Amino acid sequence: MTTQIKEEAPLGKIIVITSGKGGVGKTTSAAAISAGLAKLGHKTVVIDFDVGLRNLDMIMGCERRVVFDFINVIQGDAKLKQALIKDKRLDTLSILPTSQTRDKDALTQEGVEAVLNELKQEFDYIICDSPAGIERGAQLAMYFADEAVVVTNPEVSSVRDSDRVLGLLASKTRRAESGAAEPVKAQVLLTRHDQGRIDRGEMMTVEDVLEILAVPLLGIIPESQAVLRASNVGTPVILDDPSNASRAYADAVARLTGEDVEMRVGDEPKPGLFQRLFGRSA
Amino acid sequence: MSLFGFAFKPRRAKTAQTAKDRLQLLLAHERASGAPDIEFLPQLQADLLAVIRKYVKVDDDDVEVKMQREDDVSSLEINVEMPARAKDDAKADAGTDSAKKA
Repeated sequence: MTTQIKEEAPLGKIIVITSGKGGVGKTTSAAAISAGLAKLGHKTVVIDFDVGLRNLDMIMGCERRVVFDFINVIQGDAKLKQALIKDKRLDTLSILPTSQTRDKDALTQEGVEAVLNELKQEFDYIICDSPAGIERGAQLAMYFADEAVVVTNPEVSSVRDSDRVLGLLASKTRRAESGAAEPVKAQVLLTRHDQGRIDRGEMMTVEDVLEILAVPLLGIIPESQAVLRASNVGTPVILDDPSNASRAYADAVARLTGEDVEMRVGDEPKPGLFQRLFGRSA
Repeated sequence: MSLFGFAFKPRRAKTAQTAKDRLQLLLAHERASGAPDIEFLPQLQADLLAVIRKYVKVDDDDVEVKMQREDDVSSLEINVEMPARAKDDAKADAGTDSAKKA
């Protein structure tokens, strides 16, 4: 969409999208954030680290264009350029899909580092979509990160796992191990936010979650029907404009690039009085 | 909203506060030690069992070690079940002793 001619060297910033818990919206967020950055004109690549359970390609809508993958590149069976899929909507966006191999050792630290170094020569933002859990894939996804987006639902197991992941970011990353001046900059992206349930005392508030996790907030993504709709058709939800989720992701992306955007809760329109009185159990 | 909510909705406990309280309590413990504070419990249980066996005959599951976490304190509870049969054995021993004496 936007073509910006850049003369300076690419930014080469590595951002991991992680969470510990599965199903909280990591891939949705990775797709939305990378598309959002690309839409702003930044050269962006999004990498699927979930070896064995390839899914980013479906969310991005390029599942039928996968020929070579991340593991092929690491193992030297394909060149990086062959594996990168150019997005058809945004010419600044590329996708590096993962492999469906069941071999857990397919990812090596040296291999990941080599690929990331090569990508840094060309891209402003390298978005790493972490698998769930805290095993090898997740650790490698975060290891080389400059920044982290910790996707969290306002729900006890998700918050607990996010806390665990924040601990790992502070100890098991290259920045932590090398005693870098700047640790990995971690921010929380709160997803599936539902103001109605908060008002009824059924859901922890944004403040509650932030008080517990004690890291800055990148954004609040409302529970939104747009998310499923977008994944059905393979479009990053941020491009499904106008929707509340799209706007919320756009705000988060702007903040990620250093813009100061006021935090807002863009929940779906509240149900009317009639629905509130009689439709609650539905 | 809250006025109407109060008037028309069934009263229900505010579960969000419970969620927050539970998390704060749990994470305070997990962060302090990364959860390995309970990893020694099985070993402790085995050691206790060995010591107690020097003096009393007990089964493997007669010694129970539990960690309980409260707001301010954690308590370690050690429960040793003395089987009734230990008493009986002692009595029987005493009986044979006295029998020998007699």
